[in-house]
Amino acid sequence: MEMQEKVIKIVSDATKVEAGNIKGETNFIDDLNLDSLDMVEMMMKMEEEFGVEIPEDKTEELKTINDVTNFLKSNSN
Amino acid sequence: MTPVYSDLENKIVLVTGASRGIGNTIVKALAKQKAHIVFNYRGNEAAAMELKEELESLGASKVSPLNFDITDFDKMKESLDAFVKENGNISGLVNNAGISKDQLVMRVKPEDIDSILGVNLKATMMLTNHLSRNFLRAKDVSVVNMSSIVGLMGNVSQSVYAASKAGVIGYTKSFAKELASRKIRCNAVCPGFIATQMTDELSDKAREEYQKSIPMGDFGSTEDVASLTLFLLSQASRYITGEVIKVDGGLYI
Repeated sequence: MEMQEKVIKIVSDATKVEAGNIKGETNFIDDLNLDSLDMVEMMMKMEEEFGVEIPEDKTEELKTINDVTNFLKSNSN
Repeated sequence: MTPVYSDLENKIVLVTGASRGIGNTIVKALAKQKAHIVFNYRGNEAAAMELKEELESLGASKVSPLNFDITDFDKMKESLDAFVKENGNISGLVNNAGISKDQLVMRVKPEDIDSILGVNLKATMMLTNHLSRNFLRAKDVSVVNMSSIVGLMGNVSQSVYAASKAGVIGYTKSFAKELASRKIRCNAVCPGFIATQMTDELSDKAREEYQKSIPMGDFGSTEDVASLTLFLLSQASRYITGEVIKVDGGLYI
């Protein structure tokens, strides 16, 4: 499974939004209505799944599925 | 008189300031509930090992002494992260460690404010904040912050201590609000005059004066505070959060 697909699956499982409705440009806050605490939990799930540490100050920059996928790609081994 | 809270069995609970006073009674009470007790200690390893043995003999399912000073944030984080990795998530926290230095306002030095707020307020916040990610992964999380009635009513010669304990109440309510949606609870306990080594040293006259000011007529015991703490840690209090509860024999009504 492509990394983008995995990210979408995690987000879909957590938000109960169908994976087909989540795209690269989907914004966590504007499109999925996540609040800041939801975002912390979402990033914790990403960290667990991909074994990549996402620093707290970085979380605010990760606004879309593409942002997260790109961050994980450039920081995973 | 203390009930058995079956959900405290094997619950991993961190207690700061466990070596004496109220904190020491709390870890002993937790041991009798068969909890997995974690406590930190600074220098005295022999005393920490002695306490570990005592808690094990009282029934604790496991005892994990961790060597860190709560004001040394790097060491605190390192120590707790390693503990959680090895043992699983901490689901109970009692922020009990505290210091005081009684003096008139005109004699308070800036360094006294730094040290008292540093231990009583800042370290409580840093420790709890650091564990908040761990709390999101844990179940049945309860944080108990030791405040004081002095934080509610103020006291002569205790302006800094009172400010630190009032700060703990503000922090408790904010933390409770912020994480209530995740069923993470946080409450504050406000002991009044509790019989400890400190009150033992009072003169008979001073003791009588203090006792006269307490409607129930006597000092409380550390067990009185521990029994409330157990209740708040347990799911028996599952719907109580952001609350401030006095254990003071009616002193501040």
